[in-house]
Amino acid sequence: MNTNRRHFLKLTAAMGGAAMTPFAWAKRADAQGLETMVVASGQTINSLDLHRTGTNRASYQVAINCYDRLVGFGSRQLPTGEMSYDYDTIVPELAESWTISDDGLTLTFTLKADATFTDGSSVTAEDVKWSFDRAVTVGGFPTTQMQAGGFFRPDQFEAVDARTFVVRLDYPSKLSLPNLAVPVPFIINSTVALANATEADPWAMEYLHTTTAGSGAYSVTRWDQGQQLVYERNDAWVGGPMPEIRRVIMREVPHNSTRRALIERGDVQVSFDIPDRDAAELVGTVDVFSTPIENCIHCACLNTRFEPFQDPEVRKAIAHAIPYEAIFQTAAYGRGAPMWGGPAEITDTAWPRPFPYVTDMDRARAHLEASSFASGFPVQMSISLDLASWMEPAALLIQESLGQLGITTTVERIPGANWRTVALVEKSLDFHLENFGGWLNTPDYYFFWAYQRDRLFNSSNYDNEEVHELTERTLHMPMDDPEWAPLVQRMFQIVIEDLPRIPLYQPALNVAVNGAAGYEFWFHRQLDPRRMTGV
Amino acid sequence: MVGRARAIGIRLAQTVPVLIGVVVISFILTRALPGDPAVYFAGAMADEASIQQVREALGLDKPLMTQFVLYVGDLARGDLGRSLSTGQPVLTDLAMRLPASLELTLSALILSCLIAIPLGVLAAVRQGSWIDHLCRVLVTAGVSLPTFFTGILLVYVFYYLLGLAPAPLGRLDFLYFEPPRVTGFYLIDSLLAGDLETFAAALRQLALPTITLALFTLAPIARMTRAAMLQALSSDYIRTARAAGLSRGKVVFGYGFRNALLPVVTTLGMVFSFVLGANVLVEKVFAWPGIGSYAVEALVASDYAAVQGFVLAMAILFVTLNLIIDLSYALIDPRIGFDTK
Repeated sequence: MNTNRRHFLKLTAAMGGAAMTPFAWAKRADAQGLETMVVASGQTINSLDLHRTGTNRASYQVAINCYDRLVGFGSRQLPTGEMSYDYDTIVPELAESWTISDDGLTLTFTLKADATFTDGSSVTAEDVKWSFDRAVTVGGFPTTQMQAGGFFRPDQFEAVDARTFVVRLDYPSKLSLPNLAVPVPFIINSTVALANATEADPWAMEYLHTTTAGSGAYSVTRWDQGQQLVYERNDAWVGGPMPEIRRVIMREVPHNSTRRALIERGDVQVSFDIPDRDAAELVGTVDVFSTPIENCIHCACLNTRFEPFQDPEVRKAIAHAIPYEAIFQTAAYGRGAPMWGGPAEITDTAWPRPFPYVTDMDRARAHLEASSFASGFPVQMSISLDLASWMEPAALLIQESLGQLGITTTVERIPGANWRTVALVEKSLDFHLENFGGWLNTPDYYFFWAYQRDRLFNSSNYDNEEVHELTERTLHMPMDDPEWAPLVQRMFQIVIEDLPRIPLYQPALNVAVNGAAGYEFWFHRQLDPRRMTGV
Repeated sequence: MVGRARAIGIRLAQTVPVLIGVVVISFILTRALPGDPAVYFAGAMADEASIQQVREALGLDKPLMTQFVLYVGDLARGDLGRSLSTGQPVLTDLAMRLPASLELTLSALILSCLIAIPLGVLAAVRQGSWIDHLCRVLVTAGVSLPTFFTGILLVYVFYYLLGLAPAPLGRLDFLYFEPPRVTGFYLIDSLLAGDLETFAAALRQLALPTITLALFTLAPIARMTRAAMLQALSSDYIRTARAAGLSRGKVVFGYGFRNALLPVVTTLGMVFSFVLGANVLVEKVFAWPGIGSYAVEALVASDYAAVQGFVLAMAILFVTLNLIIDLSYALIDPRIGFDTK
């Protein structure tokens, strides 16, 4: 059905005064499968091009919905019954098939013959090469993310013929193929892009910033910055099963209370990324999905440059003094997964995993007395104002609990624009809260960013030679290699003992759905409407 | 007439130093903000090289003086720069958001004047009566209820519980298209296009935020009207007018109200400028794409171009507003001329 405005206005008028309630149309559509899905989100979309500098997280959804990658991820059911993407299953998207050479260094992809961009032209290996060249060249986040998969330079990519594309790696890595399924290496219509490129802007950053030129399941038909983004289905999409929903409207609704009223009334079908509190309270009213975010942990970090934290007994005292349950209930309203009270013995490679510490003030006191700081010490605890919703209550609870041990903390609130510099680059915060999460779901990838020497998210200045070596060894090793599991378990053992980061809990991505189905969690924490349906 | 035009010209010339001052101060103040926009916008994962790249792209690697000269040069060409957080030219952002804020603020002020001025006049004329008490209650409620609270309360009652108001989703429901742009005011543009349906839709969206803001702005206007009327009514010329046997209407409106208008207009100007910048919370609650929330977000992200553009736009607006108010003084009270200055 062609749902232009005039058309349905006539329709609603024909329905007798229904024009007074503009949502009659959306509701009527429910009965015949969901034609249009309205999504309320608190985040603003600031670009249609993920590769652009300054593109924010909310804008990644455009790369997912309007562009294809060579490969994608399958889906699986979580033990909780919720659906999630499946890191372990790589499925074709633009590539119809691929082979990996025996030495693991050459990946050869064959493109689908009938794949077309929205302007009708065929997707060729040249387009793939141009897009990958762009991702490794433009700098910033896309280039860093490409490097995680072993993609560094344009000369690693070759368009052999129109349908054959080859990637040559410097070293074999288990991260390469999954890293082609993350939002960054999306494939752009290079003919259109080049036609709009200039000498000063060879990668058409200006053009693609406001226009999509992809082969994805949807294309953006309207973008009112700060208000809404409208996706229209691409009926010629061959990247996967045809989405059921023809049109998706992303509305920006900054205020949580307004979003809550909208989803409860059913005027929007999805309220995306809602606060933990709303998620806890909406259960029973609408469908609420609270999926623990993969490979992401909210931590209390102890900087090894701060003298008292160099004493292992002090670190253990703090690990036993943190009121985990209270933090989980107050800061997260019980949404997510506990990261404390785990088994002492490590028999698996699950990550994030609960550390074997529990709140026990007597043991905390015993540890502190055994240290050279038995009478306590003053320390500053820093939090980011951007993340105050969970950091503030967590910090206050920790402050109160440590106060009982004689460790007096003052809470310092750092503006978001400063946080990265002081916490991650200078690594100058003695005691602080942090929340790294990795897109690629392997423990060694988390260790690479958060535990290895000098890495960006190693805000504790943790430097352990063995952990550093083990991370180097396991990072690219296939997970079914018999050596991998014991090495990773050894890494767990060391950081559980050393405690540069004390896990508090694994946060959840909360999504409320009312009048739609098929929601799936994705590691990129954006809504993927491609597999969603009506009720 | 020539004298007046000349007076206006002088007033306009006087605004030039003000604007220059605003440009300089906003430039220096944004640079004094904590935080490094290059780091912020390069993203958490960026390395040193890409941060440096962003810094160069933003021109932040140059000395402050050079940056200022470049900024002024761009300004002279009408280029306010590009906002990093919205990814759009600041001029485009302002052109879209300023009318949204103005439409909301103006309708709120009109509504609040329609209620507050008669209420204030009546309260003064019938001092101590029930209407005076009603005025007092409304005024107290207006100042003591924060706008975001009133906003959420209205949404809860009229949208969530009763279903009378449309979904608080900004200026227009997504079922309607923006009317062809002339003034940027949806109400006016839709009428110009002869599209009554869109007009009604825009009016429905506007209702709750307007009432919220009107409740807030009602208080100072009603208070000021009442006080000014009381003062005017107790003055000698009113006694004289009454003694001369003029009709009650002539006394109250012809002599009392006209003299009381001056402070009311002054208050109106102040309330308008205050509300335009300060209705961030109302904008957030009603998903209104206004200028207040834009400025706050720009400030948080150290988005220099956007902050400077906002400050400059507001400065121009206030200068214009003050000029209009000054001119209206002369219309209301012929004793106030420009020649005296």
